[in-house]
Amino acid sequence: MPTIKFTKLFINGEFVDSVSGKTIETTDPRNGEVIAKVAEGGKEDVDLAVKAARAAFDHGPWPRMSGFERARIMMKFADLIEENLEELATLDSLDAGKLFSLGKAIDIPGVISCLRYYAGAADKIHGRTLKMSREFQAYTLLEPIGVVGSIIPWNFPSTMFFIKASPALAAGCTVVMKPAEQTPLSALYYAHLAKMAGVPDGVLNVITGFGPTAGAAISSHMDIDMVSFTGSTEVGREIMKAAATSNLKPVALELGGKSPLLIFDDADIDMASDLALLGVLYNKGEICVAGSRVFVQEGIYDEFVKKLVEKAKAWPIGDPFDPQVRQGPQIDKAQFDKILRYIEHGMREGATLLTGGKPAERQGYYIEPTIFTDVKEDMLIVKDEIFGPVMALMKFKTIEEAIKSANNTRYGLAAGIVTKSLDVANTVSRSIRAGTIWINCYFAFGDDCPFGGCKMSGFGKDHGSEGLHKYLHTKSVVTPIYNSPWL
Amino acid sequence: MCDCCGLYSLEESERERKRERERGEMRSHGTSESFVKMPTIKFTKLFINGEFVDSVSGKTFETRDPRNGEVIANIAEGDKEDVDLAVRVARAAFDHGPWPRMSGFERARIMMKFADLVEQNIEEVATLDTLDAGKLFSSLKDYELPDAIKSLRYYAGAADKIHGDVLKMSRPLQAYTLLEPIGVVGHIIPWNFPSSSFFVKTSPALAAGCTMVVKPAEQTPLSALYYAHLAKLAGIPDGVLNVITGFGPTAGAAISSHMDIDMVSFTGSTEVGREIMKAAATSNLKPVVLELGGKSPLLIFDDADIDMASDLALFGFSFNKGEVCTAGSRLYVQEGIYDEFVKKLVEKAKGWIVGDPFDPNVCHGPQVDKVQFEKVLSYIEHGNREGATLLTGGKPIGDKGYYIEPTIFTDVKEDMLIVKNEIFGPVVVLMKFKTMEEAIRRANDTTYGLAAGIVTKDLNVANTVSRSIRAGTIWINCYLEEDRDCPFGGYKMSGIGRDLGLEALHKYLQVKSVITPIYNSPWL
Repeated sequence: MPTIKFTKLFINGEFVDSVSGKTIETTDPRNGEVIAKVAEGGKEDVDLAVKAARAAFDHGPWPRMSGFERARIMMKFADLIEENLEELATLDSLDAGKLFSLGKAIDIPGVISCLRYYAGAADKIHGRTLKMSREFQAYTLLEPIGVVGSIIPWNFPSTMFFIKASPALAAGCTVVMKPAEQTPLSALYYAHLAKMAGVPDGVLNVITGFGPTAGAAISSHMDIDMVSFTGSTEVGREIMKAAATSNLKPVALELGGKSPLLIFDDADIDMASDLALLGVLYNKGEICVAGSRVFVQEGIYDEFVKKLVEKAKAWPIGDPFDPQVRQGPQIDKAQFDKILRYIEHGMREGATLLTGGKPAERQGYYIEPTIFTDVKEDMLIVKDEIFGPVMALMKFKTIEEAIKSANNTRYGLAAGIVTKSLDVANTVSRSIRAGTIWINCYFAFGDDCPFGGCKMSGFGKDHGSEGLHKYLHTKSVVTPIYNSPWL
Repeated sequence: MCDCCGLYSLEESERERKRERERGEMRSHGTSESFVKMPTIKFTKLFINGEFVDSVSGKTFETRDPRNGEVIANIAEGDKEDVDLAVRVARAAFDHGPWPRMSGFERARIMMKFADLVEQNIEEVATLDTLDAGKLFSSLKDYELPDAIKSLRYYAGAADKIHGDVLKMSRPLQAYTLLEPIGVVGHIIPWNFPSSSFFVKTSPALAAGCTMVVKPAEQTPLSALYYAHLAKLAGIPDGVLNVITGFGPTAGAAISSHMDIDMVSFTGSTEVGREIMKAAATSNLKPVVLELGGKSPLLIFDDADIDMASDLALFGFSFNKGEVCTAGSRLYVQEGIYDEFVKKLVEKAKGWIVGDPFDPNVCHGPQVDKVQFEKVLSYIEHGNREGATLLTGGKPIGDKGYYIEPTIFTDVKEDMLIVKNEIFGPVVVLMKFKTMEEAIRRANDTTYGLAAGIVTKDLNVANTVSRSIRAGTIWINCYLEEDRDCPFGGYKMSGIGRDLGLEALHKYLQVKSVITPIYNSPWL
């Protein structure tokens, strides 16, 4: 148990108590115990943060530095994170029950590469000169949009912090970040490192607090220029409404999913069953792109199910600090109870439970890997996002049927295909309505690879050069020209 | 110029008026009855799945001529059930029909044919817009409609050049993005530039392979229904382009809250834009693109040519009777040239002819309807009451129709309603400034951010000021100039997203990332 060094709001370069003086407890999901009390930010604190961010944008050095200079500071920030990698991974494991070994090997290194990626992009943001049909010179300037509000979830606290902050910082924006109330610890540590790296005061502010207070204050703020949100579809809806009601700020929303994994007859059953299991168990199923609907072609169905259940029963659950463990506890009691309710619902609706379906026999919010089959597409466990280690397994005959079933959802975040056939891969990848299609892999992300959903999984992209767009405004500048030798 | 219309350049308008003066055909202000051209109104029903049909309710509404308030025609009034029918066919056309499955090149061939047909019927559609909206007939025929047609051709040319990216992965993975048509699109378009808006919205959506439901403004349904007819003649498959005439709170709301529309593109007032975004959030979280209001500043520096600057200023707030979202409705003139400038401006304003929009000598026609007419007049009254000085205009002309003279207020304070609110009529507020920094600060002192103009010969002033004003389009030594390749849209409360340019295609495309492991690649 490390000392929790940072527990206050970070506004204008300083750690301060909330105006109200209130605090929140953040608990350890292995045992429900309090790790620390952090400041609880409300509307007044958001107002102070926005005021600092506005001053930093309108008059401060950050947007006025060259992209290259911003990049130097972002690179320094990345270096500092690397130097404190273990401590940061520990904070997320304590706060969210995430696997410590993966935090060290994947999550925090991913944060570092995301910062470095956008640092590298900061001096390569290009507008265009345009082709006018009369004697005019016109070009577009890509300007930083201004003060950005970021509201991030608890499932990948570090990854989310930097997916949102990195492109905004590279673009020259200033940020008010609200981490989830379940996972405030690493965010406040990052604030400290940002200051050490030389990010000027007011450029990056962190307000820990709850959604209906601090989050709502951000989405309805009259002086925030845009809001970027990752979280549930229900909350995304509230944010978009608040944005419309207040100052019509643009929003980017990364919401829920019920992503399908399609496994064809020619798949390697060993690889496919590994992938399918990982698809719902990675990060204890608390991932928006979980492959929670698995469709297996009938030719290999029986053999596949046998392998899948065998592996599920052997899946090691336990303390996330134990390097042998592959699944830690669900993040808190609320999520734990919600998942169990869905499982109960599945059983009541008449689905067949192949394995799991109950809490693991240990203290804390642990749930066994759970696989349902004999499901109908209108069952709640097939339609709703469960956000836990629960799979709905179905059989299909033809490629057309698989595509139709895959698309039979209000969501559209991701999908996976396992096949060796080039034509199946091409047809199916084009036919599924989702923002990311993984072929013979799953959860493969890249800094340069745009990520985001369609339908009710949201709109707007993170990662890649697409990820920068939402933090930039396009301004057209038009002037008459005389005696131009070409048009 | 507004994304909607396009092209009446200042030079052209000056040349026209010069020609008229030379011919000695100067006319005085006032309405004229001698230009009435009432064509047969051929298309008055909803256009769904390739057919003109009555609304489910059987209801109709009247569209009126703002020269005299008389009814031009009765048009089918579409409501939620009609929108549902249109969305159903648009969905079928998208999910199973030929349109998205054609190559971009084939879609382009049909769009080009569509453009040709509009061109062949240009006088008839110009007449419809003049009758419906009081817009200048000559301006429509010579500039606005040719530019609207150009939108179709520009995006037709882009349809087979929509590129995704192959990405740089940091591990052995191949990844690329596919830019797919987003699906069924809702277009809600305004009455000030009915034809321009129609094509600025539909052209990129068609090129991308989307299908759509278009709701024209209830004040200006005529040309939209004509375009539906031409679309069918051009070979646009049934269900791809549907037109539902009707009112905002019924048909418009049905579109923004529809569970099976994939995105909505809107141009209109900030208040309605807000309702649309809320409805989109409450229903199926569809993305929205909004082109909203403006209170755009025109900054005139001491080194400006006063003749050119005063022409530009007058044009900036009176073009299209001030019914332009990018109207230069706040004028800031540097103190060195202020007195001379004001003298010239008022002189020219008094010479600006207001009358029948079919008359080629007229500079602007009537406001679009009684509601707008009264709204503009009430703002003028407000300006008078708040203590602003009226330099010219300020009253209606004639006793029939909705004609208002160019109106100039000065001695205003920045917190006056006439300085803050979008009036959407031929009214400008005129202010003096000392320094460039002051001008920038005051130009930015607005919740809007649609456009701005700068008149100066100084390169550094032009560069500094263009970067410092928070607005989506900056015109230097010109105003209301727009072109197909030039993105248009607002900052702040002037909206979200861009029309025109290749940028405009983005909103009708979905980016899909496709990722596969690779083995033994000789490079990464």
